[in-house]
Amino acid sequence: MADASMSGSLAMTGPRGAKPKRALNPRNIMLYGILLLVCLYYILPLWVMIMTSLKGMPEVRLGNIFAPPVEITFEPWVKAWATACTGLNCDGLSRGFWNSVIITVPSVILSIIIASVNGYALINWKFKGSEVFFTILIFGSFIPYQIMLYPIVILLREAGLYGTLWGLVLVHTIFGMPILTLLFRNYFSSIPEELFKAARVDGAGFWGIYFRIMLPMSLPIFVVALILQVTGIWNDFLFGVVYTKPDLYPMTVQLNNIVNSVQGVKEYNVNMAATLLTGMVPLVVYFVSGKLFVRGIAAGAVKG
Amino acid sequence: MGNSIEVKDLTLNFGSVSVLKNMNLDVQEGEFVVLLGPSGCGKSTLLNCLAGLLDITDGQIWIKGKNVTWSEPSERGIGMVFQSYALYPQMTVRGNLSFGLKNAKVPQPEIDKRIARAAEILQIQPLLDRKPAALSGGQRQRVAIGRALVRDVDVFLFDEPLSNLDAKLRSELRVEIKRLHNQLGNTMVYVTHDQIEALTLADRIAVMKGGVIQQLAGPQEIYNRPSNLFVAGFIGSPSMNFLPGKTVDGGKALVFGDQRIDLAGYDGGTVLERDQAILGVRPEHITVSASAPAGPSIPAVVEIDENLGADSLLWLKAGAKDICVRVPVEGRLPAGTKVHLGLDIAKASLFDTKTEQRI
Amino acid sequence: MASQSRPFRLLHNLNAKIAALPMVLTTMVVFVGGTIWTVFYSFTDSKLLPRERFVGFDQYERLWSNSRWAVSIENLAFYGVMSLVFTVVMGFILAVLMDQKIRYEDTFRTIMLYPFALSFIVTGLVWQWILNPDFGLQGIVRGWGWESFSFDPLHSPETVLYGLLIAGLWQGTGFVMCLMLAGLRGIDEDIWKAARVDGIPTWKTYLVVVVPMMRPVFITTLVIVAAGIIKLYDLVVAMTSGGPGGNASQVPAMYVYDYMFQAQNLGQGFAASTMMLLSVLIVLIPWAYLEFGGKKHG
Repeated sequence: MADASMSGSLAMTGPRGAKPKRALNPRNIMLYGILLLVCLYYILPLWVMIMTSLKGMPEVRLGNIFAPPVEITFEPWVKAWATACTGLNCDGLSRGFWNSVIITVPSVILSIIIASVNGYALINWKFKGSEVFFTILIFGSFIPYQIMLYPIVILLREAGLYGTLWGLVLVHTIFGMPILTLLFRNYFSSIPEELFKAARVDGAGFWGIYFRIMLPMSLPIFVVALILQVTGIWNDFLFGVVYTKPDLYPMTVQLNNIVNSVQGVKEYNVNMAATLLTGMVPLVVYFVSGKLFVRGIAAGAVKG
Repeated sequence: MGNSIEVKDLTLNFGSVSVLKNMNLDVQEGEFVVLLGPSGCGKSTLLNCLAGLLDITDGQIWIKGKNVTWSEPSERGIGMVFQSYALYPQMTVRGNLSFGLKNAKVPQPEIDKRIARAAEILQIQPLLDRKPAALSGGQRQRVAIGRALVRDVDVFLFDEPLSNLDAKLRSELRVEIKRLHNQLGNTMVYVTHDQIEALTLADRIAVMKGGVIQQLAGPQEIYNRPSNLFVAGFIGSPSMNFLPGKTVDGGKALVFGDQRIDLAGYDGGTVLERDQAILGVRPEHITVSASAPAGPSIPAVVEIDENLGADSLLWLKAGAKDICVRVPVEGRLPAGTKVHLGLDIAKASLFDTKTEQRI
Repeated sequence: MASQSRPFRLLHNLNAKIAALPMVLTTMVVFVGGTIWTVFYSFTDSKLLPRERFVGFDQYERLWSNSRWAVSIENLAFYGVMSLVFTVVMGFILAVLMDQKIRYEDTFRTIMLYPFALSFIVTGLVWQWILNPDFGLQGIVRGWGWESFSFDPLHSPETVLYGLLIAGLWQGTGFVMCLMLAGLRGIDEDIWKAARVDGIPTWKTYLVVVVPMMRPVFITTLVIVAAGIIKLYDLVVAMTSGGPGGNASQVPAMYVYDYMFQAQNLGQGFAASTMMLLSVLIVLIPWAYLEFGGKKHG
């Protein structure tokens, strides 16, 4: 690094503004070469997915998985969406898609509401023991879900929610709570406490301050939480399997059942179309949200 | 005039840490009281207790003859101004001023009237429709004061309101707050760590340390007759000179090193003979002369002189002790000059070393 | 409204307490209560339904004498160590490369991180397809004329874990890279200037100055990644369903699920999940001690 800039400055006499740097020095070739190679590894699966999903089965059997289709066909997509079979049902992934939508939407809303209020209460309305609960909550996020799987089955059964949509919504809310509460708590703690005090002198109460002062100041963190939850809940597999019945299975579960079913001839193009369809929602969220996604996942690493 | 604020035996503990200890404080109606002390002395904590933003452990707080110990902040009849201004960033200045009134369900015409009045007093009419982000520091603090003003309350609480401003603005707003107090006649409790603010603004100053009020008195009294070593050392810049020694002859004189300082004319209690005592003399109550003056004096050698423009500070050594003297600019002396320091005993303070109290 | 006496403690800030109720219930009933419940019932011989017939450590003895569990633990240990080492080392190296004030940084990051947005199911299925012996990598190379070329990790018990690793690393390394990059960016610019003035080469500055300064980032990353590895389940389900050969790629989470919800042997499932908890605590407690215990001592 030092060598490159040295030789650069020797070649040019006299100051010429910004530090000169040749774009094509060995260091840069190495650097960008490695990065491009790494990117190839990352892009490859997406490429393969798209290419395979656009080929007909004969071409899949004959050709190279990396090669683009000779004859583009959308039939695999149509089939994956509308007629692929899981068990007795042959109405494709669309059922799983809509199940995932009706699971994700209320789960995201409920978990964000609860966690944001939690974070706000933890920062501004500390009560005896609130920090203890928070610590347990954070530790809870590291505990393997497996140990809580069955007790939750019992709780849901007692509440009459086992196997229902709302049962799963509740489970997502519970397991989203640690990370989201941490996220909101950290964000709210960066808002000056005096603002909260001023609002109390101005006669605003718990909800008044939350809705009138904190909420309008925290829209970015709500977007971050939204991204985190939409991708997280959409991608869930375990809770979907454990807490719902087959006709309510989310898209990931249905996808796995379609692709890994033992019966019938394997239709790889349909499988890849189905896989892409399932990955579509988080991918779109990811590419649209950009840096906010990074912020969301980094929140898990920020200490409380 | 009656008491506007009464604090009775107020105690506040955070867990096992005692932050405020059995505190009593009465503030007269229309009085300007400054809570002064180093950081961590509990002054802001006391103010937050008065505002109801902190729940106290024990004791009572009365405001305008009402026990408000457990009332909500908004029910106490107070307005508060914060160090960081604490303006709601998403609201305009007008929104900031009206937020509290709307919460209190004050009718709109009344809100408009009060905002107009406050804006006029503080000269912020042109700013009413701007957001806080578009205001300068001084303007923000005016709006913050305005927010207390529109509440139409008798007690204003200021929590280090000028600390975030630069030196020039600070002195401007200081004068403005004084003017506001003269104009409105409200009771004001003002927290600061800046003794100039305290001395210039206060009717009375409460000097605090370790959760205890060390002395509560007018600025002049605090400055001239500090009740203990802490107050004496904290107030005044540069600090008071402390000459440790012992009193002899039934308290008629203090022996400092090998010097005998006659205490005739001391303005305080009976001195008595004490093994350990400290004589405190402010830099401006010491005179410098080439030969020994008539009154009590000690010899010293000039080490450094600092020119402050208006006057000058001489740093001297009397034995092993550093002493600072404020002299006119003409009185500057080169290092190494041997001089005699004349001490104005009538304006000096004598402290018992063990109790640290003024004698 | 001037209340004369101290209000009843429990009613103080009532709204805040009501608002925190979901959190309190979650922590106490689900996290603490659920954990205790499962540990408690792991000492019973519960089958289809939980019942309070205590059998001491029987379930644990049976667990550890079960070859499937032994394989699961071995697999997890191997996968875990490999995955930890590779994600952290590769993540760090990538972060260093990204930290060279490169152009198109956002594009590079976007590409490296997108797999993290995908589920393990999707990840597993794509790689299952790429590693397909007939049509995937192996098939292509053979098609080029190299008939003896063999690359079929998913269908051989010896190599199946490497197959999982390829997919797992693809999914998670970008995330670790982002954490590391954030850590690198958090280091004071002046440190770099000081190292330049002292004439320390860049690579040495990274190794001797930067890595020790990033200790907290490394520890936090290790804990997050490790906690994730122990939960490893979806990826295996999607790629191998625990096979080949019945249990070559079994993992503890799968064992728990199968015994709880398929084999109707709850006691075994509880004992296995308690062992999973134990292994997390082994990671978590030293970390918590370092992170929070250390602070109190300065």
